[in-house]
This record gives sequence, structure tokens and C-alpha cells, in this order.
Amino acid sequence: MNKKSSYQLMQGNEAAAEGALAAGVSFFAGYPITPSTEIAEILADRLPANGGKFIQMEDEIGSIAAIIGASIGGCKALTATSGPGFSLMQENLGFACLAEIPLVIVNVMRGGPSTGMPTSPSQGDVMQARWGTHGDHPIIVLTPSSVEEAFHYTVKAVNFAEKYRNPVIVLMDEVIGHMRARVSLPPESMVERVNRVQPNMPPEWYLPYERSATGVAPMASFGDGYRYHVTGLVHDAKGFPTANPNESRDNIRGLFTKIERGFRELCIVDYEQMDDAEHAIVAYGCMVLSARSALEQLRSSGRKVGLIKLGTLWPFPRFALEHYLPQLKTILVPELNMGQIYREVLRVNAGKAVIEKLNRVNGTIITPNEIVKTVKGMTR
Amino acid sequence: MTQTSKTQNLPTPNNHPRITIFSDWCKSCGICVAFCPKEVLAMTADHEVLVKAPEKCIACHMCELRCPDFAINVEEHATGPDSQKGELQ
Amino acid sequence: MISNSQLVNKYFRHNKKFPHIWCPGCGIGTILGNMLRAIDALALDKNDIAFVSGIGCTGRAPVYVDFNTLHTTHGRALPFATGLKLARPELKVLVATGDGDATAIGGNHLIHACRRNIDITTIIFNNYIYGMTGGQYSPTTPHGDKASTCKLGNIERPFNISQLVEAAGATFVGRTTSYHTLQLQNIIKKAILHKGFSVVEVITHCPTTYGRINKKGNAVDMLKWQKEVAIDKSRADKMEPKELEGKIVTGILIEKQLPEFCEQYDNIIEAAQNLKNSKPGGSK
Ligand SMILES: Cc1ncc(C[n+]2csc(CCOP(=O)(O)OP(=O)(O)O)c2C)c(N)n1
Ligand code: SF4
Ligand code: SF4
Ligand code: SF4
Repeated sequence: MNKKSSYQLMQGNEAAAEGALAAGVSFFAGYPITPSTEIAEILADRLPANGGKFIQMEDEIGSIAAIIGASIGGCKALTATSGPGFSLMQENLGFACLAEIPLVIVNVMRGGPSTGMPTSPSQGDVMQARWGTHGDHPIIVLTPSSVEEAFHYTVKAVNFAEKYRNPVIVLMDEVIGHMRARVSLPPESMVERVNRVQPNMPPEWYLPYERSATGVAPMASFGDGYRYHVTGLVHDAKGFPTANPNESRDNIRGLFTKIERGFRELCIVDYEQMDDAEHAIVAYGCMVLSARSALEQLRSSGRKVGLIKLGTLWPFPRFALEHYLPQLKTILVPELNMGQIYREVLRVNAGKAVIEKLNRVNGTIITPNEIVKTVKGMTR
Repeated sequence: MTQTSKTQNLPTPNNHPRITIFSDWCKSCGICVAFCPKEVLAMTADHEVLVKAPEKCIACHMCELRCPDFAINVEEHATGPDSQKGELQ
Repeated sequence: MISNSQLVNKYFRHNKKFPHIWCPGCGIGTILGNMLRAIDALALDKNDIAFVSGIGCTGRAPVYVDFNTLHTTHGRALPFATGLKLARPELKVLVATGDGDATAIGGNHLIHACRRNIDITTIIFNNYIYGMTGGQYSPTTPHGDKASTCKLGNIERPFNISQLVEAAGATFVGRTTSYHTLQLQNIIKKAILHKGFSVVEVITHCPTTYGRINKKGNAVDMLKWQKEVAIDKSRADKMEPKELEGKIVTGILIEKQLPEFCEQYDNIIEAAQNLKNSKPGGSK
């Protein structure tokens, strides 16, 4: 491979679009919104050139509905949006969770609530990504911290969606989405592609919602001869609505079981200088960039500080913390919100270490110096 | 689906359409009775559809097309006991 | 024509509980039955049919029939169907939707689907009310009529669905009633064969809510009303507007050929691929 030409300068949004294509996405439906619009624009050009399809819908409710429809038709489908659009998608996101439809939503977060700060970075949608749609439901949320990760995590998101028959959200912040970096992307042949399992049994035997050993049933595409029913009502293994308490329980619990079975695989966590760390910074998205340079300063001033970088936010990788808790005195969670992952860290910590949060909701980022100062204060 | 629909097996002469009511599915809405152009059907006091005058039936199928419950069947060429084909199996 | 028992054997899901959930006399079952007859007359393969619905009493139709069936969220059947159709253009996509589903919560999707001219057949079951939630007024409840949320009379003016979709650009618009079953079959057949977005508005009755609160009698009385007010387009065309007051014009109201969305998109794919191949180093 020619090393030189494999390096390209690109934005996080561009990298996400490239990731989608590399993962085999063949359908995109969306509605323009800052700061995610570039993804739609790129895919509007690139998809048809690759034989895929793009449609600009009348709103985000229609966008997610269309990708669900396309996914049922057998396409790997993706949409991209930002806060207000993500809010509009919530009802149908729940549909996709219950009906177990693979799809990916890239949410390039902006300041909220409401129209908020359209062009400013924020990490305010962490809890919405977890609980935005009503009812108990499983969700997978990945969050890239670099342009290169925007590519790789989008690929992973598509693969997880297909494997687990579940919606996956790529939660990017505006900084990563619009940041330009020199990246080296693997050639398409080197990118792992996971395809949903198709049924191979005769149609009369097919149970579209049977919990197999993996917890995930094969998914037939409409038009392939399986003629089954897809509904947003709680259903039995055949897909038909049920009011039977046992079948209802099996339906809802089954959704969680499949995610629990894949828990380790789904949790992407990286550790930097954690081996001897007595203090940890837990960060994700653009906060990793600030945390990383703070780490260098803190290490050079002799403090044993490490970084736990969350690539997966949901399911929350609690083992990543639990493993290090015995050696940790303090943990700092810097976030561009009022403290959404902080609470999760508190919950896992259960009183063992001293935990502090560092928050910002004014449309600017938390600088390395601010992190340094805070950690110094905590480790005095 | 209810497989055991009670059917009114009426002694229909071969040259008359054979009318079958699936009582289990019938909700006694009266639509078939009201719009039959030949007054073939009637509603009993127990809210059951009665095939009162099968010989008058002209097999226009209007009762069948309007029945919201797929509970009435009209077969034109009843040919004795073999004419069960169209029924629920 | 296929008999009811043949229809049941051929098209119904035999593991579904019957009788179905709809109230005695409700027009939804009648419309469903005649839709199946239209499909049967066209000899379509069941594997090639996708039947999509939203939420409401009407939305419960797909579960009973042996097609590829998709019961979506309230008002959203059309965008689900749009994605599915684009993914599988070879499928015949039919949508069943209530008046509230189609023109209130889903109104935006409806007009845009019309404008796009995507090859989907939409059957709107217009019973003038929200049946499933117990009879609240809908965008088609006539002015002055009652509903559980306007007991003193509706002060909003109703949509005329056929006019609405015509203005939005639907290339096929048909209207009939659940009384006129042969016309209903005929229009649905033509709508399915039409290349482009087709809408069939079916005036129907909800005896349980709209009928009761407005003292319109039972299902039989409501069907008689449909028979009286319907006037075929061929006759209506020769009548003065004044004579048509209180009448509902039925028949095929609009039928025209315009480029269909999926076919146009295929052209886009071709153009994009030519562009890519003509660019130096553009094989990526
Ligand atoms: C987002 C949302 N809002 C409200 C409802 C409640 N709801 C269910 S059906 C319905 C109205 C159905 O009326 P219509 O579409 O006319 O169909 P019908 O029941 O008359 O066939 C409503 C408001 C819902 N399911 N989802
Ligand atoms: S129309 Fe059908 S449901 Fe109604 S009374 Fe007649 S057979 Fe029974
Ligand atoms: S087929 Fe026609 S004539 Fe015969 S019973 Fe039915 S409606 Fe009456
Ligand atoms: S409530 Fe109305 S629309 Fe719903 S099933 Fe009953 S009669 Fe039909």
C-alpha cells in the first residue's frame, strides 16, 4: 500500500460518512441540520455512485422512519442529525428497538436544549441517547474522540447494529465533527463488515423474534419470501402482538439479554497511563483531547494521573472503572454538560474514591489548563 | 383463526347458490340482510342471520362483499356434497 | 370473483384470532376484503406485496393478512413505506391509514409523498373521527358535527382529502365508499397498477364513535347515507356546483403520468456512476 496517498486531511463528519460507506451502508435518509449536514451532503454524492440510495425527507421523523423501512428491505441504513432532529427521532427510535431493526444514527451534538447553540460544541445528549425514547429499551452508544475514530466507530456502529439487530447511536460532538485532521484510513478490503444473519429455514419455520443462542434471531428482508409481521406493539416470537404476560416479559427482557450477552464486545474503552495511576480522568469525545494534554502536564509535575477514555457510553462500561477503583484516590469527569456521565461514574464508584466533575455549558470547551488546575486541587 | 365455525348447512337444490354463514365470525351487524336485493336473508330474534329464501338468491355477492367480518359465503355452482371446497379447512 | 372462504384461505394468517378486533358493522373489514379482492384479481404474488399501516383501528389491518406486513407508528406509515420502496422497488407497497393518521399527525408525510410521486398505493380509511382513541374529532370531522372533544359541535373546517392530495401532486386520486364495493375494488386495482403515488380515499363509517355521538344510526344506516351522498364523477361532471352540495363525488378523480421517484433515482445512480468512472482516479 502506498503510505503517502493513504493519508488524507478530513473532518470528523467526513470520516463518519467514509466509515458508513466502508461498512456497507447503502441507504441514507436525513434532514439538514448543523453541525451534521456535511454527512448528508457527502452521502448524497457518494451513495448513488456506489449504487446506494439517498433521500432527503421532510423532517427527522420521516428520516428515521425511512431508514427503518429500508433496513427492513435489507439495506444497511444510516441517518445523521443533531439535537433538535435527534429529539424528533425518539419515537421511531423506540420502534426500532422493540422491532429489532438494525440502523445507525449519527448525532453530532450541539448546545441545547431547544435550538440552543447550533454551532457550538456540547455533550448534552448523553442521557437522551440512553433514555430519549419512552419505555425500557436497550441502546448502544459509541462516542469517537478523534477524526480517525469517527471513521472506525461508524464502521463498528454499523456492524453492531447488524449483529445485534439494534439501533446504534454514534454520539459525536461538534469539535470532533468539524475538526480537520490528517488521517490514514484502511483500504475498504481491510474493513471488517458484519452482515445481519438471514434465515435459511423454510418460511413456515421462521420465527423472526425467536431468541437463539446468541439472543438474536435471523432477520429476513421483506420480499425474500418470509412474509412476516413487524410491529411496534409488544409481540411474541412470531412478531404478532400479544397481551400475554409471559410473552410480553420475554419480549422486553429478551431485548436486554442480547445486549448483556454482548456486553464485553460492545464496550470500547482505552486506558492511558493507568497502570500506576492514583488519580484518573474519565473522558470521552473532545474532552479526551483536553484531558490528554492535561495528563502530560500533570505527569511531568509528578502526579500519578491516568486517563480512562470511553469509546462506548451505553451500555456503560462499568468494569473499566471497577478494575481501577482499588488503586484510585480521585476521579475527575470533565464534560460539556451539567454532569451526565459523572452520575454514572458516581453510581459505579459507590463511595470508594473522591469524584469531582468539571462542567461547561456555555458553548466553549474545557481547556487542558482548567483540567490541570482542578486535578491539582484534588490531589493536593 | 377459529377452525370450527358452525355452518348452517342448508338443503340447497343444485341449481341455487349455496349460502353459508360462519356464525362464529358473524357479529350480527345486519348489513348483509339490509342490502340483499332479493330479501334472501333475515335476522332472527337471537341476532342470527337466517337464510330465509335461498331459492331467491341471484348470487350478486353483495352480502359477501359488504360483510365486514368475512362471515358469509355465496357459492354459485353448488354441486351437492362435494361443494365444500371453498370452506374453511 | 373469489369467494369469502377462498379469500380467507388464501390471504389470511391462519394463526391469527378471528373474528377480528373491529366493532360490529365497522367498515374497515369491508375495505380490507375488497382490497384483497383487487389484489387477487391482479394475480399478484403474496411475496411481492408489502402492506404498511400506521396506528389506529385502520392500522390493525395488516396483521391479519399473509403479506410482508409492517405496523408502524402513528402517522408515519408513509415514510416507512418510502424507505422500504426505495430499498425494494420491486415490491408493491400498499399503505392503510386512517383520516387522523394520514392527515393530522401524518399530514406532512402525506403531502410530501404526493409531491415525490413515489410508487406507493395509499388507502385512506376516512371515517371522520379518531376511532381507536374513542371518538375525538379529526381533520375530516365535518364542521358542526360532534365528537368527544367537541361535544357542542366542531368549529374547525374539515379537509377534503382528495382535493388535498390532488393539490399536493398525487398522480392518481380515487374516491369511493365502503358501500360501493365493486367500485372500491376497481379503483384499488387501478391505483396499484398506476406508476406513481396513488391515493384511494374511502368514505367509511365508525358506528361506535362517530355514528353514535352524531345520531347517525347503526352501520346499516350509515351505509345508506354513503349510498345517497355518493355521485359518480361521470354524472357529477355534468352537474352544477349547487346541485353537488352535500354530495361526495366518487370515481377516479385524477390520473396522470409523471416521472416516478424510484425510476428517476435509478437515473441518478447511472449518472453518478458515469461521473465517477469518467473522473481520473475516480474508481474509489
Ligand atoms: C404519537 C401518538 N399520538 C397519539 C396516539 C394515540 N392514537 C392512537 S390511534 C389515534 C387516532 C386514530 O384515528 P384515525 O387515524 O382516524 O384512525 P381510526 O382509528 O379512526 O381508524 C390516536 C390519536 C398514538 N398512538 N401515538
Ligand atoms: S354482514 Fe356479516 S357480520 Fe354482518 S350480519 Fe351479515 S354475516 Fe354477520
Ligand atoms: S348473493 Fe345477493 S341475492 Fe344472494 S343472498 Fe347475497 S345479497 Fe342476497
Ligand atoms: S371504533 Fe369505530 S373505527 Fe374502530 S373498530 Fe370500532 S367502529 Fe371501527
